[in-house]
Amino acid sequence: MTRRMPDVDVVIVGFGWTGAIMAEKLTAAGLGVLAVERGPWRDTPTHFPTTFAQDELRYYWRHGMFQEASRETLTFRNNRSQTALPMRRWGSFLPGNGVGGAGVHWNGQTFRFLPSDFVARSHNEERYGPLPDDMTVQDYGVTYDELEPHFDYFERIAGISGQAGNVKGNLIEGGNPFEGVRSDHYPNPPMQMTFSQDRFTAAARELGLSPFPGPSANMSRAYTNPLGMQLAPCTYCGFCEKYGCGNYSKASPQTTILPELMRRQNFVLRTNSEVLSIEKSRDGTRASGVRYVDSQGEEHLQPAQIVILAAYPLQNTRLLLLSQIGQPYNPATGEGVVGKNYCYQVMSSAEVFFEDEYTNEFVGAGALGAVVDDYNGDNFDHSGLGFIGGGYIACWTTNARPIESHPVPDGVPEWGSKWKRAVRENFLKTTSVGLHGASMAHRTNYLDLDPTYTDAWGQPLLRMTYDFTLNDRLLTAHITPIVEQIARGMGGREIKVNHRRGSYDVKPYQTTHNTGGTIMGVSPANSVTNRYCQNWDLPNLFITGAGLFPQNAGYNPTGTVAALAYWSADAIINQYLAAPGPLVQT
Amino acid sequence: MIKAARLHTLLGAAASAILAVASAEAQELAGSQVERGRYLTYAGDCQACHTDIENEGIPYAGGRGLSTPFGVIYTPNLTPDDETGLGRWSRDDFYKAMNEGVGREGEHLYPAFPYPYFTNMPREDVDAIFDYLRTLEPVRSEKPENELPFPLNIRQAVAGWKLLFFEEQDFSVDPAQSAEWNRGRYLVDGPAHCGACHTGKNLLGADVEEEYLRGGLLENWFAPNIRGGNNGGLAHWDARDIVEFLRDGRSRHTAPMQRMGEVVELSTQHLTDADLGAIAAYLKSLDDSPRPKATAIDQAQQQRGEAIYFDNCASCHEADLSGVEYFFAPLDKSNKVAAEDPSTVIRLILEGARAQPTENAPTPLSMPSFAWKLDDEQVSDLVSFLRHRAGRGAGAVDASEVAAMREYLIEHERSSP
Repeated sequence: MTRRMPDVDVVIVGFGWTGAIMAEKLTAAGLGVLAVERGPWRDTPTHFPTTFAQDELRYYWRHGMFQEASRETLTFRNNRSQTALPMRRWGSFLPGNGVGGAGVHWNGQTFRFLPSDFVARSHNEERYGPLPDDMTVQDYGVTYDELEPHFDYFERIAGISGQAGNVKGNLIEGGNPFEGVRSDHYPNPPMQMTFSQDRFTAAARELGLSPFPGPSANMSRAYTNPLGMQLAPCTYCGFCEKYGCGNYSKASPQTTILPELMRRQNFVLRTNSEVLSIEKSRDGTRASGVRYVDSQGEEHLQPAQIVILAAYPLQNTRLLLLSQIGQPYNPATGEGVVGKNYCYQVMSSAEVFFEDEYTNEFVGAGALGAVVDDYNGDNFDHSGLGFIGGGYIACWTTNARPIESHPVPDGVPEWGSKWKRAVRENFLKTTSVGLHGASMAHRTNYLDLDPTYTDAWGQPLLRMTYDFTLNDRLLTAHITPIVEQIARGMGGREIKVNHRRGSYDVKPYQTTHNTGGTIMGVSPANSVTNRYCQNWDLPNLFITGAGLFPQNAGYNPTGTVAALAYWSADAIINQYLAAPGPLVQT
Repeated sequence: MIKAARLHTLLGAAASAILAVASAEAQELAGSQVERGRYLTYAGDCQACHTDIENEGIPYAGGRGLSTPFGVIYTPNLTPDDETGLGRWSRDDFYKAMNEGVGREGEHLYPAFPYPYFTNMPREDVDAIFDYLRTLEPVRSEKPENELPFPLNIRQAVAGWKLLFFEEQDFSVDPAQSAEWNRGRYLVDGPAHCGACHTGKNLLGADVEEEYLRGGLLENWFAPNIRGGNNGGLAHWDARDIVEFLRDGRSRHTAPMQRMGEVVELSTQHLTDADLGAIAAYLKSLDDSPRPKATAIDQAQQQRGEAIYFDNCASCHEADLSGVEYFFAPLDKSNKVAAEDPSTVIRLILEGARAQPTENAPTPLSMPSFAWKLDDEQVSDLVSFLRHRAGRGAGAVDASEVAAMREYLIEHERSSP
């Protein structure tokens, strides 16, 4: 028995960063907004206060913040010749759950993609000639310049600490000289760098590179954002990624938006309620609302004038497929759009071990780091290299959490007394330099519904078919030696290089930067949404998140994800409401 | 309560003139009579007691249980419902209640209703409040029977109390002071009834004149000394700090929480800057006598307390106790920590606390509970260390005080409505 709920103006599926951004903007514009969140309510003092926020067993090992794989997971295979099997324990990436989503347990590394990232196909083809046939890289349909005000606004909402490199065309020493033109500085100064960043910076300069402080959503000082939210100075405790911040020092929906949003009379949040499908009007031309099931197992139909799909990218793709919205992507023919261009990232690193100098990496923060962007995007000449894109190289000091971190040099056994001794000797004297490499879309990497496995509600799981591409391999092979060079220049006793070779392995943690599947673009033939993140098929359905990325850039996605959400909210308020139809004519 | 002795020195003649100026100002700011009444209703924080906040009751419909040392008193319904509210009340009835503490049936009202303060309010202010309350939606809401032991359950007992401690009076202006100061004193001693919590009480619950705004204990909270002159609890606060605290719920020194959080949420954040400035000016004029030195704190206890502080508190309040102004209270000068009575600081550590969210500062910055993490000995070491550092002669506390508070909180939670 499905219970029909009273109509609302807007229903939002999923309540993480983009759900909160959309709800804040649309309620401010006077719309009645209801958000439906699968997981529980979560706030700082109740769910991750300083008295137990830093519990490695609970949050790192037992996955206290993540989606419950026993209720819903996804199946995985490297290629179509294999049979996909369900991931029963998260590994390579960690999807969030609950209010705030992964925005609660992220590190806070907050970049803007490069202007050329938004026009990856046209820019690269113009400079290097046609891309390979199977490389399904596309332009976003929206440009950096159009998104710039929204990047800027999000940085002020989230209180980003950083050093601008290019404000209104003026290059600023110490910032990133490659970044797109900014309208303003970061709202807060960079974080306090430590020994490791100082060494990295010196080594990078030595090589003629241009290091700058990582843009950070950990507060370098007490900050009050444009909504009046108070964010406290970061204590550098080193418990960001996988953890909520008990000190109000990391930007999250909880610290930057929710206290204000929850006061608004025209906003309702329904937690512990999982959306099973997006419903369509009888003639199939509009979304009519969503069907969800609450914690009692009761099914509800929530009608709405506008539906916003704001869950995690993997879930957004799955909901479109389950709801039969848009044509599923077919890798054999290249036709269809839903599930297309799933991308990931290719990560490699070099660990540095010092002999008698202390890095004390337990004094860390999720986005405390120094970065070079010389090998990112198209900041360097790719002629003759056989790949496009790149990645940033950084020395982050995110943590030295004792259960999770025990780096040892090459040649040390993986257990036993020798291992213990090596941990003891190196724990306070090590750091690492990482490459955060882009992932270009490829015809054979995609998402669809699994034919065999189902979730707790009996609906098919999402199936991921993914492997690193030739572009990924050439990219990491070209740039990892630069990582190695910087690491060697930092003055340690020895280094250990962690290459990314072979097929993609879904077990070891790499990054939770899963993108694509609901990509944006310029044509309904090759994308799910138009440039305003509006679904081509159902004009009252808008989609947010990194699923919009036609391919993944060499950066952390949150800054761009947020800018796209603000851009889309702006289009809904200033264009769609006046004329509720397609914002781009086909 | 202001005793007559304090007021005798004041000249009555100039009073009405300055009050009229102040009232006219309020009138101009607030518009119509109803608006003026609403403003004064905010100033009186009527909503807090007359709403069953614990059970998400309708504003002004009463039914909130007020715990007094003598028993639980339930507040009446102020909406204009004929049967259960003020529907059949006249302006005269209402004035009599506010001015004399006498109900519509001629019964004496319990002074949990702060008429010893409201008696200072002029008739036109009381009428304005009445006129505003008449505009509320009538709500049928019967108040529960008070839970008072004999003989306090006999209304006539209140008559005796009033004979001893209550004096019907009008506010009189001190012409030697500025209009602002007089307005501030009027607000503090009249509608805002600050002394109801912040003035020490005698065994029968009446204000002790010598303890005027020097802090008071109620419901196991110690409402701190709010005198702002020399030696006062707020001596280190500027007038601006007081205004920010009352208006934004944030100040350099601390934030309102719990009962005072309610006051800021429902009352003071709605007042004009001019009125808040007047309250601040008045409080800053109140000197206090120097505090006697308490016995020194044992060195070993200090060290233990400091170690506990460093592990549990320093990440927000900073290693040197200097805090983060407007976010996390500096503890090195804290009025709560240095209070003569340590109840509040012990309770905050055990229970945790939430800085009141307001229109201007919506973030509910919170401190977690440490009751499960620190035992009585550890809390007493920590509090003793903090009190030593906060100075002003605040002495050590004993683990038995922490144990008693812990027991009270468990009991309190069990018996909460």
